Amino acid sequence: MASRDHDRPAEAAAPGVRVAAVCLVVLACVAPLFCSSYHLFQLTLVVVYSIALLGLNLLTGYGGQISLGHGAFYGIGAYTTGILMQHAGMPYWLTIPCAGAVCLVLGFLFGLPAVRLEGLHLALATFALGVVFPQILKTRGIERITGGVQGITLAKIEPPFGLAISPDQWLYCVALATALVLFVAARNLTRSHTGRVIVAIRDRPVAASSVGVDTARYKSLTFGLSAMYTGIAGALGALVVQFVGPDSFGVFLSISLLVGVVVGGLASISGAVYGALFIQFIPNVADDVSKAAPSAIYGVVLVLSVYLMPRGVAGLVRRLTGALVARLNARASGHHAAPVSPATPVTQTKEGS
Amino acid sequence: MEALLHQVFAGLASGAVYASLALALVMIYRVTHFVNFAQGELALCSTYVAWAMVNAGVPYWLAFVATLGMSFAMGVLVERVVIRPATRAPALSVVIVYIGLMVILNSVAGWVFGYTTHAFPSPFPEEPLFGNHYLGSHEIGTIGVTFAMLGVLYAFFRFTSLGLALRAVADNPESSRLVGIRVERMLALGWGLAAAVGAVAGMMIAPIVFLDPSMMAGVMLYAFAAALLGGIDSPGGAVAGGFTVGILENLVGTYVVGTELKLTTALALIVGVLIFRPAGLFGQPSAARV
Repeated sequence: MASRDHDRPAEAAAPGVRVAAVCLVVLACVAPLFCSSYHLFQLTLVVVYSIALLGLNLLTGYGGQISLGHGAFYGIGAYTTGILMQHAGMPYWLTIPCAGAVCLVLGFLFGLPAVRLEGLHLALATFALGVVFPQILKTRGIERITGGVQGITLAKIEPPFGLAISPDQWLYCVALATALVLFVAARNLTRSHTGRVIVAIRDRPVAASSVGVDTARYKSLTFGLSAMYTGIAGALGALVVQFVGPDSFGVFLSISLLVGVVVGGLASISGAVYGALFIQFIPNVADDVSKAAPSAIYGVVLVLSVYLMPRGVAGLVRRLTGALVARLNARASGHHAAPVSPATPVTQTKEGS
Repeated sequence: MEALLHQVFAGLASGAVYASLALALVMIYRVTHFVNFAQGELALCSTYVAWAMVNAGVPYWLAFVATLGMSFAMGVLVERVVIRPATRAPALSVVIVYIGLMVILNSVAGWVFGYTTHAFPSPFPEEPLFGNHYLGSHEIGTIGVTFAMLGVLYAFFRFTSLGLALRAVADNPESSRLVGIRVERMLALGWGLAAAVGAVAGMMIAPIVFLDPSMMAGVMLYAFAAALLGGIDSPGGAVAGGFTVGILENLVGTYVVGTELKLTTALALIVGVLIFRPAGLFGQPSAARV
């Protein structure tokens, strides 16, 4: 699964991808004009989840470390917003960076001991965090702040400057703008020196540390950044749902996020969008069949993805567009032999022992 | 003093369950080098089967034995169908498969048996044994059943050639294959045994925590903590870790943090072990050949 071709060669080379991305952004911008308010609500959550998935993908896809507790960081972000708005009277927009900062610090601190060890231990520690988090929120000592089992209900936010749009539309714009900034930042990060180091630690930890990379520091940093993205998503999610409660942030959320990353495509920026669409809409549909159906589908999809679709939907899309571009190129240049598709993955190297 | 002793003994009983589950985790870790996240949900399915049989009028101990057999078969099946194809996959993929398996088994249990909470029968008498007032008879029975099972397992691994072959596969699969051991068969056997051990744990804890699909989440967290504390590759350590965690959980829950934060003890323990003694109390520090 650890795809060696982190998506630089593919996405940079295929001009179609850039066009598609621009089209998608334009489509996302005009969508609120045509949506009912319920569909807009769902669409806003898709944007929110895509930020969270992007965060988890930085850790799991690029960093190669699994987290089963990102639901907790999503929850920490949401509660930061809820508490700051409720008890400190802070304006909603200021709580979003605050949530990011809180999660960055907490994620870094949690990652510090856990990532010194192999990935399995991190999976265990984060799983424990994910299971325990709702219980911590309900603790009587901090009930006054967290609202205990009742949670916190948030006020609806109003569009500024007397703009003639509904609060839902404004919130969608805020989420979309945040997502765009964070997506561009993540894309640049993965192509920067730091991004290369993160991938190098994933693929060849010993080699990376031999050339002087402080692997523990970079791993904690990745964990912190990942938690920050997820925390910002949590803050936006709290504003969208207008409620934070302990049971929204249990293990199921953590597993949903993992499913989203795996389905969307590990180590792929665009995968976050596909994953977010999946975890927003599939459980809704499945819920009509049976209460157990959403998680049954999640489980089956997790196992099948590993065997049948290790690069997720993003990998499939890349392969399809690659084939399409190759055919168009062939037709344009009049050759019958299709040239090598620019999206063909770099040959996979076998994992050395 | 009396209350303290009471807590310690109650901790021993739940510790017996954690010890069994931790042992099952270690058995699978030793042959696969992965923590079986689905262990608890395997035990959950077994417990539901036992419950269905007892409800249908099957005598308890007959249902108990039948459940062990069924769990063994389930473990073998899971290894064959889900785990074996992932043998050569990267570590991240394998962990994802285990998580997927955990989610699938949990939803199957919920789908088939529903999400309402059921009482699970205890095979032991209502009144305390031997006139003591520290321990209920279900607690004593749990400890007894666990020790009986540990004895059988010890004898199996120590005195039978099949047990020896299984240990050989865990230590060195390549050499075992060269001396003629059917490694695949041993892996399946290991999974079957671990599933059966987990089933015993499930049937022993169900009368205490009641049977519903989320029953094992908390229990498994203690079992993870127990296995890590003892050393994830040490069977003896897992048992010792299980009892330690059981007692700690009760004492810390009663005297330090309160019952609400009991489960947080498991998180603190897991993180604490990982920071201060990653190999656990009895485990081998891991070293990788470069």
